[in-house]
Amino acid sequence: MTLKRWLKPLVFAAALLPLAWLVGKALSGGLGLTGGLGANPIEATTRFLGDWALNMLLVTLAVSPLRRLTGWSAVARLRRMLGLFAFFYASLHVMSYVGLDQFFAWREIWADVVKRRYITAGMVAFVILAALAATSPKAAVRALGGRTWQRLHRLVYGAGILVIVHYFWMIKADPTRPALYAVVLAVLLAERVGRRMSAPQAPRADQTLRAAARSRR
Amino acid sequence: MLIRIRRPSDIAERDVTPHRLFLSRRSFIAGATALGAIGAGIGAGIAPAAAVLRDGKLPPLDTISESPLSTDEDPTSYKAVTSYNNFYEFGTGKEDPARNAHRLKTRPWTITVDGAVERPGVLDIETLLSDFALEERIYRLRCVEAWSMVVPWVGVPLSAVIDRFAPTSNAKFLRFETLHDPEQMPGQRSSALPWPYVEGLRIDEAVHPLTILAVGLYGSVLPNQNGAPVRLVVPWKYGFKSIKSVVRMTFQETPPTTTWMAMAPNEYGFYANVNPDVDHPRWSQSRERRIGDFLKRPTPMFNGYADEVASLYAGMDLDKSF
Repeated sequence: MTLKRWLKPLVFAAALLPLAWLVGKALSGGLGLTGGLGANPIEATTRFLGDWALNMLLVTLAVSPLRRLTGWSAVARLRRMLGLFAFFYASLHVMSYVGLDQFFAWREIWADVVKRRYITAGMVAFVILAALAATSPKAAVRALGGRTWQRLHRLVYGAGILVIVHYFWMIKADPTRPALYAVVLAVLLAERVGRRMSAPQAPRADQTLRAAARSRR
Repeated sequence: MLIRIRRPSDIAERDVTPHRLFLSRRSFIAGATALGAIGAGIGAGIAPAAAVLRDGKLPPLDTISESPLSTDEDPTSYKAVTSYNNFYEFGTGKEDPARNAHRLKTRPWTITVDGAVERPGVLDIETLLSDFALEERIYRLRCVEAWSMVVPWVGVPLSAVIDRFAPTSNAKFLRFETLHDPEQMPGQRSSALPWPYVEGLRIDEAVHPLTILAVGLYGSVLPNQNGAPVRLVVPWKYGFKSIKSVVRMTFQETPPTTTWMAMAPNEYGFYANVNPDVDHPRWSQSRERRIGDFLKRPTPMFNGYADEVASLYAGMDLDKSF
């Protein structure tokens, strides 16, 4: 009982820890060259926030498999909040690029989005996450209708793939880290594909949706 | 008539206390008594010299002359120059080289010089240090990743070294190779790049007065993470051309295939001249962030060395020969 009551606030606080760590690092030793974020603090900030946007997205995508594997239904209540944290870190990541790295040089930013495929992929993923965040309230589910809402929110899989592609295309030489992330995403997606193939009954999707609606309490 | 008014804060690295005065703290302090009469005069120099001493743990190099080829821009801090490095032999993260490069043994060290030369041979690092006059060259360094620094290198003109080996008329290009030893260079255990790292210059680029073999920075021995004990510095090209920890130089008739050309031929060309008009597929090259600055600044053609080097490329299509 107690765990159930405290789970959400605890995860909420934990999800803010990376941001707290970043702020602490940035302030330690001043913001200058000798500060905690190294010689290029803007690059360090942008990359850190990007890493955590991806981490949160993968954690979000792990919620449903975890629930199905363990039968621990309480985690489903965390899914929307974690998804919004993924969007939160993705927003900070984009803001760091726009406001710190490019300092609102909109012409340069637009040229980047159009010409540099890793930025194109990242921006498309961000637009998807924004759409999902905007339609996350219960009212939006009602307004769209469950089926449309669910179809729209399946785009999260596309966003996940685009983010990994964004990471691969950004790397100059060593693809180890994006490859590790790709494996995690592949496992999370394979669980869904496997479930669909082993249990092809139609009502399945609606059950999931109802579970999702319940979890939004 | 151009009248340049320098603010006191514009002191260039070469303007600080003469090198010998901060050779060692102890002798400086001992000498200070004798220098008492003029102590006030050098007082202004104590602060920057002390800063270099505190940060620079490596022994200072002796007898360094200034060069008119140096920029008077403020050098990037020693800390940033030695902690933010691309040196994949020690890991692909920017902080990895400073963490891992202590494994590199820089003595004994030789550069094998072969190929189209009349006197092939071996250049020992001690010979390089004793036979050639060291100069300080404060150069802009522009990375292909759109950041830049100003580094007070210490080195010798590559042309002086080349003369010693008497290249033949077939020596059209010079190929450079970095040490390949995964024991000392743990990054080479991964296949991030094909090892050893290879770079190359056209012979007229190699003998250009701006091109140096660097053995130090900030008046001191080159830290391992910066390419010790000897590295190339070609300031009008992207940083990856300035190959580190060189063990072989081969004169040849055909252009060598460099490491990055082999990795991604559509992204990296042989010349890799700094050019704000030709974008890298993943970075606009029109602007750069000087390490320590918040706002980006425009990148000048040939990294600001157009007066010195533009003639090398007269008549070439730099869009194609990027």
